[in-house]
Amino acid sequence: MADLINVIESWLYNLIVGWGASQGLAQFILQVLGSVLVVILCFVIVIALIWVERKLAGRIQDRFGPNRAGPYGIFQSFADIIKIFTKEYVTPTGADKGLFNIAPVLAMASVLAIWAVFPFAINVIGADISVGVLYIVAIGSFGILAILMAGWSSNNRFALLGASRSVAMLISYEIPMVISLLIPVLLAKSMNLSAIIDAQRPWWFLIVAPIAALFFLISSMAEIGKAPFDLLEAESELVAGYHTEYSGMKFGMFYVAEFLHQYTVGALMTIFFLGGWSGPLAATWPILGVIYFFTKTFIVYLMISWIRLSLPRIRIDEMLNLNWKFLIPVSFLNLIMVAVADRVLMELDPARWIYVGVMFVLSMALLLTSLFVAGKTKPAVERVEFPPRAVAVSPQSDRSKS
Amino acid sequence: MPSYWLYIGIFLAVAVAFPIIAVSLPSLISPHKPSRRKQEVYECGIETEGDIRVQFKSQYYIYSLIFLVFDIETVFLFPWAVSLGELPLFAVVEGVIFIIILFAGLIYAMRKGALTWI
Repeated sequence: MADLINVIESWLYNLIVGWGASQGLAQFILQVLGSVLVVILCFVIVIALIWVERKLAGRIQDRFGPNRAGPYGIFQSFADIIKIFTKEYVTPTGADKGLFNIAPVLAMASVLAIWAVFPFAINVIGADISVGVLYIVAIGSFGILAILMAGWSSNNRFALLGASRSVAMLISYEIPMVISLLIPVLLAKSMNLSAIIDAQRPWWFLIVAPIAALFFLISSMAEIGKAPFDLLEAESELVAGYHTEYSGMKFGMFYVAEFLHQYTVGALMTIFFLGGWSGPLAATWPILGVIYFFTKTFIVYLMISWIRLSLPRIRIDEMLNLNWKFLIPVSFLNLIMVAVADRVLMELDPARWIYVGVMFVLSMALLLTSLFVAGKTKPAVERVEFPPRAVAVSPQSDRSKS
Repeated sequence: MPSYWLYIGIFLAVAVAFPIIAVSLPSLISPHKPSRRKQEVYECGIETEGDIRVQFKSQYYIYSLIFLVFDIETVFLFPWAVSLGELPLFAVVEGVIFIIILFAGLIYAMRKGALTWI
């Protein structure tokens, strides 16, 4: 009962081999089945997540969320899907047809493909490759390409400008994300995701490397386009955006890819910093590992939604200055500090809690110092204070002047 | 192990096939009545005029250039980070020198004004 997934897998394997297939073919069929199952699971999860997000947004904004489409509005996502299915695909004149149609598919595929390497439990792993982190970083960059393709092929100058700005922001925030991912790799001495989770057994990397966790969360929120880095969505509201010319299911793909990307960021955060599937009794009962994994991911998802619904949008130049002048230098200094501290402590070989304590204290010192230094620097754009001026008073009756 | 990469290949194929199916399925149900007005490019309700591919702002190119340098640096740092346990203590110093050289490049770009978004 505890090892449910592997029990089902070996039963299916014996069944297919019993039907006369060779062992390699049975393995192949099982792998196809497994990947189809994970992709369907992703789609089903997104349907629930959209409902959670809309209800949460309503409650934080002092209103009900959707509550008409079923008890507590739980069928709202289904109604939206059915509506999107029946909309017409309007392709603008002069649009590049090939790129126009590939862009939503690529946006969705780049997020789905990250799920291939996730370890859900101690022996429920899709692909336990030894370069899991590099694979995640590489595949995650394809979504940026999809945005540029969508903006360029729409034959719309606002879409192109919106896409260019979005891409400038996304590639800028990829660097602190990758550097923050380097730190768990450094601490676990391996790029394999299962090895990173094993290295977090006594203490999560959230405690050992808090700056890396914080910067990974911030840059991932910029990567998925959630507030306060709302530029990708704000463009849609204000002028236009990279997906302005899309209708129907093509727009639906961008929409679903955004929610799935947010959940995937939650999953990455749990694997690298919150211990993945580990928890009480998870090593002996794999089904518990799966439950812990999805619960932690959901908690991080809720935290990202919470931050998104509480903060206003920041400007593009403030956003880029934050990245290049604060996040990247502090990420590099953090990497240097973690590397030196880890190697030096490895030579001295103290007890585990001393190691964790030293790393935590050093990280907090670095964070507070960098915040202090950043608070002392002058902002790039000077804020000019205008003197208070009466604006709704006619000149004759304005006795404050003259 | 080779079967892991086969699984990734299968997963990539499935991850590309599912959105293709999802995008092509509504074509069976949805209407398809293109008209000239519907297919006009959106420009806040007025007629589009002028060239669509406007002049490119050079600041995008500079950001991409600096991103490229640091992205390749992080790719070089991956094998260093993985093998830090087996290398002697001096390897940390070498890696730190590498990071500091590129960090100096970032400070130089900052002081030159390359990272200001005008």
